[in-house]
Amino acid sequence: MTKLAYLKESPSQTAGPYVHIGCTPNVIGNDGIYPQDLGAAMITGPAKGEQITFAGRIFDGTGTVLRDAMVEIWQADAQGIYNSPAETRGAADPNFTGFGRQAVDMESGAFTFETLKPGRVPFPDGRLQAPHINIWIVARGINLGLNTRAYFSDEETANADDPVLARIEHKHRIQTLIAQKERNTYTLDIYLQGERETVFFDI
Amino acid sequence: MTQHDGAYFPRDRNWHPKLLTPDYKTSVLRSPQKPLISFGNSLSETTGPVFGHNDLGELDSDLIQNYARSGESALGERIIVHGRVLDESGRPVPQVLIEVWQANAGGRYRHKKDGYLAPLDPNFGGCGRALSDDNGYYAFRTIKPGPYPWPNGVNDWRPAHIHFSLFGSGFAQRLITQMYFEGDPHIALCPIVNTIKDPQAIDMLTAKLDMNNTIPMNARAYRFDLVLRGRRSTLFENRLEGN
Ligand SMILES: [Fe+2]
Repeated sequence: MTKLAYLKESPSQTAGPYVHIGCTPNVIGNDGIYPQDLGAAMITGPAKGEQITFAGRIFDGTGTVLRDAMVEIWQADAQGIYNSPAETRGAADPNFTGFGRQAVDMESGAFTFETLKPGRVPFPDGRLQAPHINIWIVARGINLGLNTRAYFSDEETANADDPVLARIEHKHRIQTLIAQKERNTYTLDIYLQGERETVFFDI
Repeated sequence: MTQHDGAYFPRDRNWHPKLLTPDYKTSVLRSPQKPLISFGNSLSETTGPVFGHNDLGELDSDLIQNYARSGESALGERIIVHGRVLDESGRPVPQVLIEVWQANAGGRYRHKKDGYLAPLDPNFGGCGRALSDDNGYYAFRTIKPGPYPWPNGVNDWRPAHIHFSLFGSGFAQRLITQMYFEGDPHIALCPIVNTIKDPQAIDMLTAKLDMNNTIPMNARAYRFDLVLRGRRSTLFENRLEGN
């Protein structure tokens, strides 16, 4: 039998404990190579929409906070448009990159993104997804980057109709993806294991 | 022309390392235990941040020089690491931001958490980045990193390796991996390498000595090609039924 001539994806390997050297060198004092770390600022000018803080921590199976993880987020602007050449529906707000990258704080384990509340983005079948932030987590001990999402606690109606949340069979687990609002900060703690294990996606 | 702008091919999670790999001990408490939830790609997955030449500095891809004091350079075996970024359909992927990081020639990282007794090289930062061109081609100049010990078993050593991070055109293509060097006996011994089960997959991460591109009297070349997820054609998906 002849095989179809497809290549295989390069297999993943852990980012390891020293991911900062390559991805956020200024955070560990390796300055002078890059003027600033990639993804450090998401809002680059007078962007339209509601400015928010998106914060949280990541916990392992013993409830210990990860202090060596790197978190990347990717989201639409306030109108629901992605700042990407692959966006098909028009131009995004030029003052908002939609991409954030942070090493978690090496003491507290916290990540804290200054960003915008995203607008709604359609699913392939045309239904609107609830506002959400796409999250990618890498760290020592994580062999393949973990994908999850943050939704917003003050978007109950939209969340109830969200086609991705609808894929979650055990409804009580949806709560693991809802960032809780307090003033203009939305907080989502991420649990890699245990009773409160966050829902992770195979995208 | 066929539009390859549909969903990404599903990830082969038996080809990639599993999340729970007990021989790599840290994975035990950091691996989700419940099944991942699958869904078809939306724009949230098929879009992604894309970077350009304006985001890069002149010396970003030259790790021998980009942290060196004026008139000096990093210590070690001078090498060029180069190759192409393709997708699973074999098409070149242009404008991929490739970030690399690595230990110095003695196996020591410029990182406050690395306490290995090998010394730092004052002229080596261990960090670089490059953008693939229209043919998916990229190149770095650096020194060959040293192997280093790490706390896992009582006597585990990492093979010499360079960490790679890649941004394709969609967030679903995001990938971090490591590059190894052909002929290194530590590859077969390493619990992190061996989180990958298929020997062909490990071979994909093993750069080959490339004498044809070696610069005489200057630097040896290693060839390292990378593959990102491919996308489905939407030829039929965009055609209305009955038309
Ligand atoms: Fe390493």
